[in-house]
Amino acid sequence: MSKLICHQEKLNESIIQALVEVCPFNALEAKNGTLEITAACKMCKICVKKGPLGVMEFVEEVATTVDKSLWKGIGVYVDHVEGEIHPVTFELIGKAKELAAVVNFPVYCVFIGNDIKDKAQELLHYGVDEVFVYDYEELNHFRIEPYTAAFEDFIQKMKPSSLLVGATTIGRSLAPRVAARFQTGLTADCTTLEMKENTDLVQIRPAFGGNIMAQIICPNTRPQMATVRYKVMDAPEKQCEPKGKITLCELDPAKLVSAIKVLKVTRKEIEANISDAEVIIAVGRALKSEKDMAMIQELAQLLGAQIAGTRPLVEAGWINAKQQIGLSGRTVKPKLIITLGISGAVQFAAGMNSSEQIFAINKDPHASIFNIAHYGIIGDIYEVVPQLIEDIKSSKPLACAR
Amino acid sequence: MQILVCIKQVPGTSKIDVDPVTGVLKRDGVDSKMNPYDLFAIETALRLKEQKGGTIKVISMGPPQAKEVIKEAFMMGVDEGVLVSDRKFAGADVLATSYAISQGVRQLGNLDLILCGKQTTDGDTAQVGPEMAEYLGIPHIANVLRIIEVKESSILVEMDMANTIEMAEIKFPCLLTVEKDIFQPRLPSYKKKLSTKDREIKTITFNDLEDKNEKRYGLSGSPTQVERIFPPSVNTDRETWTGTGAELSSQIADKLKQLKFI
Repeated sequence: MSKLICHQEKLNESIIQALVEVCPFNALEAKNGTLEITAACKMCKICVKKGPLGVMEFVEEVATTVDKSLWKGIGVYVDHVEGEIHPVTFELIGKAKELAAVVNFPVYCVFIGNDIKDKAQELLHYGVDEVFVYDYEELNHFRIEPYTAAFEDFIQKMKPSSLLVGATTIGRSLAPRVAARFQTGLTADCTTLEMKENTDLVQIRPAFGGNIMAQIICPNTRPQMATVRYKVMDAPEKQCEPKGKITLCELDPAKLVSAIKVLKVTRKEIEANISDAEVIIAVGRALKSEKDMAMIQELAQLLGAQIAGTRPLVEAGWINAKQQIGLSGRTVKPKLIITLGISGAVQFAAGMNSSEQIFAINKDPHASIFNIAHYGIIGDIYEVVPQLIEDIKSSKPLACAR
Repeated sequence: MQILVCIKQVPGTSKIDVDPVTGVLKRDGVDSKMNPYDLFAIETALRLKEQKGGTIKVISMGPPQAKEVIKEAFMMGVDEGVLVSDRKFAGADVLATSYAISQGVRQLGNLDLILCGKQTTDGDTAQVGPEMAEYLGIPHIANVLRIIEVKESSILVEMDMANTIEMAEIKFPCLLTVEKDIFQPRLPSYKKKLSTKDREIKTITFNDLEDKNEKRYGLSGSPTQVERIFPPSVNTDRETWTGTGAELSSQIADKLKQLKFI
């Protein structure tokens, strides 16, 4: 087992002091002239690297590794409710193809449900090599035990090197279950995925509330698993000619048993969803009063945009929680986003920084939103927006080409 | 009803600075609080107990300081608390954390229901609940919006799916992760604070666990490795415009026209 060792004989008061201070997690405690490593230790090894030389030592065990050559291919979980394929699936197929090209792997889909054989056909238009279909009545609703069993069966059968799962309600519930079953790593909400020559999947995700990015690998176990949110990756173009094949898979009936009964499925009222919006006007704290929302609404209407905003506006009740962009709200990836009086805290930026065109209007030239905006407009929204509304009105209203 | 709630101590703020010279994380370890989503899980447990009776335990994993959040749970009305804590668990990722907690849970006797918050505010993965359920060999439902009815050997819940709400019945024992706002969490009570101030918090260490294979815990039991950390990317391909309101607005309108948004 890898260990952190403190060479107590090298300690003196100032060294102890220095080590206590260097630990960002307060895991080093001075005790009667000795140093104790507490359970707060995160094994970040900062005490080894940045502390007094040679006092703290990290003894690494040689990890047992898998034979990576036995694990080939990239699998994509087909996210769906009652056979209706969630678009994140196509985005993941697009990414899987890119990753697969690096190491010359096939791309698989695993499709678990009821009466879905025909729907599997759709996937072949996106460049998948093989779709593995588990089609049983008992799989009609997402229920954790049989879905995990089907996923497990697919992994045992095909031994995919990497698995990509949409970070949807289902994916976030299913992927961890599968990861624990295979005692393998799972990285949630990856924003970047890359493939190494040795088939290790490089997974990058925001950590600590998006303040820093962490690059994560899973070098000693297979399959490697990652979830990715909707609208983070790009879907490939749909091809007219289907390619690849569909394989129907059998599952032991004993594995279809569940302690869960789904009694009723109610469709939510269809409401405007900022995650799907092509154009978004996002408002922030610079908005002085609720009545000024009228001006925002007018601009949004002219641009065919949906209105979104930051957390303070949700807290003020001027927009509802479903319109909040950011880590604690929605992730959006519109073709155009115009932020009005938003400073651009990382929590907000993480939810919108992959938008295609970012226009930011803010009075403060040092606002961090300008670090991510393609067009940073230093100005007061109360001066710019009313004028902009007039300018758009007076310009010939063409149909929105997008 | 025997209910267990999983709670975690998280940093009080998500503000984190990385020292640009040394690359060291500057983290203030003193300022911490209970993961806010866990309050909803505790409240759910308290409501169920009010209805059906029984005992509520909480379990947490972390350094000895994490006992603070267990004390807070006592102030809300939780009956018992245990902390899974050992240096051997240091450096655990989701998998090793889930395994250590699930091993700790096995020390607690029979349970009908395990409740978790939807996710933590620091790790933000929402993965520990489902992974624990797998290790405990029990079914789970995530994103529970509402408890409809508690029966003798099952519970009726509503779960939030992207476009639908599903009503499902799940047999005990099971694990549920509950959504924010399932119930309004009560405030900690001062009276309970006084009456529980001497209540024992049991610590479960590595030696108490059934599985003493060190390779399943801490850094060794963690398949994921952080290769590096770095600040979020900054898009350098950008323009900055200054001017009067009228100048700026016409510049924006022109650009929007050029990009075919108008």
